[in-house]
Amino acid sequence: MNSMVQVKQSDAEGAAPGLGVKPKVIARDVNVFYGDKHALKGVNLDVPARAVTALIGPSGCGKSTFLRCINRMNDTIPICRVTGKIEIDERDIYDPTLDVVQLRARVGMVFQKPNPFPKSIYENVAYGPRIHGFAKTKAELDEIVAGSLRKAGLFEEVKDRLQESGTGLSGGQQQRLCIARAIAVNPEVILMDEPCSALDPIATAKIEELMDELRENFTIIIVTHSMQQAARVSERTAFFHLGYLVEEGRTEEMFTKPKDQRTQDYITGRFG
Amino acid sequence: MTEMALSTARRIDFASDEAQAHVRARYRAEARFKMYGLVAIGLTALFLVIVLTDIVIKGLPTFTQHSALLDVTISNADVDAKSPLDGDYQAVVRNTLRARFPNVESRTERRALDGIVSSGAADRVRDMVMSDPSLIGKTVPVKLLLSDDADLYYKDGTRIEQSPAKGAATVSGVTGDVTIQSSVADFAGRLKVVKSGLFARAQNLRTEAERQRNFARALEARKAEIERTLATATPAVRQELATITADMESMTQRADDATKRAGELQARFDAAASEETLDETVPSVLVRINGGLVKVTTMTDTQASGTVILPLTSAGSAPAGGWQVVTYVVPEANRRVNDREVSWLEALRAQGAITSDFNWAFFTSGDSREPELAGIRGALVGSALTLFVTLILCLPIGVAAAIYLEEFAPKNWLTEIIEVNINNLAAVPSIVFGLLGLAMFLNFFDLPRSAPLVGGLVLALLVLPTIIIASRAALRAVPPSIKEAALGVGASQQQAVFHHVLPPAMPGIMTGTIIGMAHALGETAPLLMIGMVAFIVEVPTGITDAATALPVQIYLWSDLPEIAFQAKTAAAIMVLLVFLFVMNGSAIYLRRQFERRW
Amino acid sequence: MVYLYLAGLFVLVAVGYLFGRARAKAAADTEALHSRPPYHGAFVGLSIIAPMLLLLVIGLPIADRMIVNQALQTFDPTVMSDDLRRGVALRDITALATGKYTGEPTLALRQAADTYASLRAWTYNLILAGGLVVGLLGAAFGFRSLSASFRARNHVERAVKILLLAAASVAVLTTIGIVFSVLFETVRFFERVSPFEFLFGLQWSPQTAIRADQAGSSGAFGIVPLVTGTLLITGIAILIAGPIGLFAAIYMAEYATPRFRAFAKPILEILAGIPTVVLGFFAALTLAPIIRETGESMGLNVASESALAAGIVMGMMIIPFVSSLSDDVINAVPQSLRDGSYAMGATRSETVKKVILPAAFSGIVSAMMLAISRAVGETMIVVMAAGLAGNLTFNPLAAVTTFTVQIKTILVGDQEFDSAKTLAAFALGFVLFFFTLTLNIIAMQIVKRYREQYD
Repeated sequence: MNSMVQVKQSDAEGAAPGLGVKPKVIARDVNVFYGDKHALKGVNLDVPARAVTALIGPSGCGKSTFLRCINRMNDTIPICRVTGKIEIDERDIYDPTLDVVQLRARVGMVFQKPNPFPKSIYENVAYGPRIHGFAKTKAELDEIVAGSLRKAGLFEEVKDRLQESGTGLSGGQQQRLCIARAIAVNPEVILMDEPCSALDPIATAKIEELMDELRENFTIIIVTHSMQQAARVSERTAFFHLGYLVEEGRTEEMFTKPKDQRTQDYITGRFG
Repeated sequence: MTEMALSTARRIDFASDEAQAHVRARYRAEARFKMYGLVAIGLTALFLVIVLTDIVIKGLPTFTQHSALLDVTISNADVDAKSPLDGDYQAVVRNTLRARFPNVESRTERRALDGIVSSGAADRVRDMVMSDPSLIGKTVPVKLLLSDDADLYYKDGTRIEQSPAKGAATVSGVTGDVTIQSSVADFAGRLKVVKSGLFARAQNLRTEAERQRNFARALEARKAEIERTLATATPAVRQELATITADMESMTQRADDATKRAGELQARFDAAASEETLDETVPSVLVRINGGLVKVTTMTDTQASGTVILPLTSAGSAPAGGWQVVTYVVPEANRRVNDREVSWLEALRAQGAITSDFNWAFFTSGDSREPELAGIRGALVGSALTLFVTLILCLPIGVAAAIYLEEFAPKNWLTEIIEVNINNLAAVPSIVFGLLGLAMFLNFFDLPRSAPLVGGLVLALLVLPTIIIASRAALRAVPPSIKEAALGVGASQQQAVFHHVLPPAMPGIMTGTIIGMAHALGETAPLLMIGMVAFIVEVPTGITDAATALPVQIYLWSDLPEIAFQAKTAAAIMVLLVFLFVMNGSAIYLRRQFERRW
Repeated sequence: MVYLYLAGLFVLVAVGYLFGRARAKAAADTEALHSRPPYHGAFVGLSIIAPMLLLLVIGLPIADRMIVNQALQTFDPTVMSDDLRRGVALRDITALATGKYTGEPTLALRQAADTYASLRAWTYNLILAGGLVVGLLGAAFGFRSLSASFRARNHVERAVKILLLAAASVAVLTTIGIVFSVLFETVRFFERVSPFEFLFGLQWSPQTAIRADQAGSSGAFGIVPLVTGTLLITGIAILIAGPIGLFAAIYMAEYATPRFRAFAKPILEILAGIPTVVLGFFAALTLAPIIRETGESMGLNVASESALAAGIVMGMMIIPFVSSLSDDVINAVPQSLRDGSYAMGATRSETVKKVILPAAFSGIVSAMMLAISRAVGETMIVVMAAGLAGNLTFNPLAAVTTFTVQIKTILVGDQEFDSAKTLAAFALGFVLFFFTLTLNIIAMQIVKRYREQYD
């Protein structure tokens, strides 16, 4: 899999994803305020379906904030206010009639630090299907759990100890467990907030490999502070700086021919 | 990539009815759960409100006190001008009352009359005379403190209803037992009320009879069961059988009695116009006529007989509207003052002799067996002395210990033991500290019993962990950079701590100390153990005098049977709570005022 | 005498301090000082305080004991062996010696009082003189040590550090004091009543054992009824405070807006600050009659000192305790777990029930244990609202008694010296102390492990 370490050529060629077909996620003039602080300023972005989109930028640039807008995780912060419009499949997710619980079942999320629940591996993966009432029988649930663990590439490693605590796994395994947990409800979009920042290089490689497989079924948006990672895994990249979306486009083009001077500076390591 | 082929999970169609119903159910569960939380907080708030309201309602009346402003003649016979201290001031007060109500003659009545004034009233007269001996032989107006029962009467009152009579009346005499004959049915209304009271009592008796029968029936089953197995029964079971049989008998007996009495009462109720005898369980009916007052014992629609309480001026007839039927709604049995006393008290009130003043004595006098004389001064001073000892012991020790543990303690087993110890001491039941005080300070070191010194010692040990923990938190809140800066310019470790860490930590330490002191002020159990429960009238003057403390006083008073002491207890609680609120409030103020963010 | 001694001490120290400081200042003219002058003064002061205080603390009790023994020997040597008579004799002697004795003293008593007074004057003068001598010696030693290069500050600081350590040790001494206070009397109690009977006896009626000769044989020192009574009241309290406190904590931590919290938190704090004697008053005079009347109107037989009234109020007392401890453990659950659950589309209550409570389970268990320990050791509510008779029952409408009520009842008022009944109170205190201590240690261990798990 040496393709992992270079810009994805195969997807970069041909019609740019999301430009010919309808985008999965559309953000229009999104602003976010934390109390008085204006954290995200007028962001417009189209995210293509079944592809990996990377959000990059120096820390504090608003990339994570934007990510958390897409499944409305910002709602859990009392002082946070979001304006503008974000649509998934042309449905405004900030529409008051839309149910945030259902939205989050459709938009899964993986966090920076692996956060398995202090329960068994099985229960961790079964959590989503259970609360959303996906499985009617124990057999169905077993199947979903096993399937999700397989998709997350974890099944072979843990199949003999499904009842052991999820917190007992290694960091990389924990993060894959969290991915399995997220895909157990079969979301349409998976948000990943620097999923590899707490992991060692080998575990990171595994997660990246996994992302490559998941792109076939899911729309993935990943925040990363590593430009190499963005280059390796994503088809499209968006560069955030000081709350603005500075530039976005095909990953290959971004890294080779950035249009904006700031992008150029960031990519070449002038700041960050 | 074979795993991908296994992709089985479907996407749920959230628009489907089934999914919608599931989501609705989840939101209902959410709302329910949230409500449980609100209910829990609501219950807590409700309980707090109920406790505080209950105490304020019970305690507020204590802060006023009624006196009778009467003309007191300090006769030479009772008080000798040569030695005014030995005068018979009780007699002075007694004579004053008798002058007011000259018709009171029998011994029991006279004693009752004396009883409406507190025994402390005489002390007040004596104080007046002592400060101005020229009063002897003169008549001066004096506020005589009323007894607790009389005071309570003015506070609660018994509801009094008066209705002017419509007919003309004739009275058979001026004193003793008299009969009042009205030309119309002036007593019919009262009679009806009395009769309906009889009916209600009959109903109650019937309910009671039914209850007793139910009890008996409940025992019946057990009795039958025992009798079935009587042959194999153990002595204990036989004993039980005997008890059950006896119980059943007495219950049946009681039920029968109640039924019988209910029947009698019912019969009296049914005979609507028949003569009725009034007893102490029904509202008292009196007749105010010709300047006097008659307590009715039997009556019909038009006629009432009874005893004269306040003598009439004449035995002649009274015109329609010229006399009244008076009802004391609360039955005599449910009052602490009887009709005669009520009539005296009402007469005094009508004459404008009753005054109500703020009860300063509650704050300025010590404990007493008489509720109207009892005050909390002794307890307050006792608490103050105790807290003083506590403060001067546990503040320096607590702060020193905190400084040591936070700044100097090496990480070793000794420090570990001390730390574990402090945490555990904070959770030791307070009564155990009382045992420590009893065994160590009283029995071993022979310190005086009931003294604030020992109370303060025990409470100091009790609140020490609180102060140490709070002081440590305050010291820890000072950033290490400050200390490092001091060390950096060549200060010794101790100079750095005492000059640069301790001063900014002081507000936090003071806050913790005040909270600890508030805790000590409310603590009761350990003080009971070291004997601060004695009945002490004198206000203590030193830390080795016998004393009591405010919470202990509350405990002592709550145990006393007099109703007036219940009110005193609630009032003392109000004072205690005010102190606690002030202390905790100032702690919060201090925290807000000096809270520094580094 | 003590005041005189302390006054002398104060004067000596003040003078020593001033001289020490002055000398250091003088030395500073010629040579650089190691320590600043006040430290030199303080060093001299300390050299005086230490020996003088030591002499007082050691000398005074020895002298007192000697005086008393000598006086009692003069009075009647046989009283020495009898604690009660010894106490009486001693009181008479001191009363006579200080001129407070009423009545006509016997010759022996007068002689004893004379011995007492003269011996006392003599020894006290000796101590005073001794104190002066050691104080001056200390001052001389301190002075001689002083020089410009003398490390006065280091010596003073070492003394201060020892003082601080001593202060910190007070906590340990307190624990030791408690253990010894209850242990000695408990051992003496078990000399009279067998531990087996104490722990497993079904009957508790210490009142019947007034005469010492019937103490052991009366069989009235079985604590089982006290255990059941304490458990009953504690159980009712936990049944009330557990759910209410926990739900209040959950609401405060997970749902409450800052404004609501600003209103609800003081409620809990005020409730926590109400002295238990106040709650006891409410339980005994307001709640108990209400429960009784309600029960009787339903045809139930309710004791006027029912366990229910005491239990309910005790439950209310520990609600703030449970809720603040639970609040702490719930807040210690990392936000990342909440985020993980919300991101899965869980509602708040699902997150609480399925993620937070399981994660905080051990912490909540320890909070409940601490609450139980608090309820078991609570005294005033049960003293005022619970009964005195040791009924072996689990009926919440009956009157039961508890450990603390019995300790209070036995030890308050006139106690017979050394009777099994009095000793029994200490044995109860012993059980109470170790029960709550064990519960606390276990609970704190759980909390510690719980915190480490998420740090």
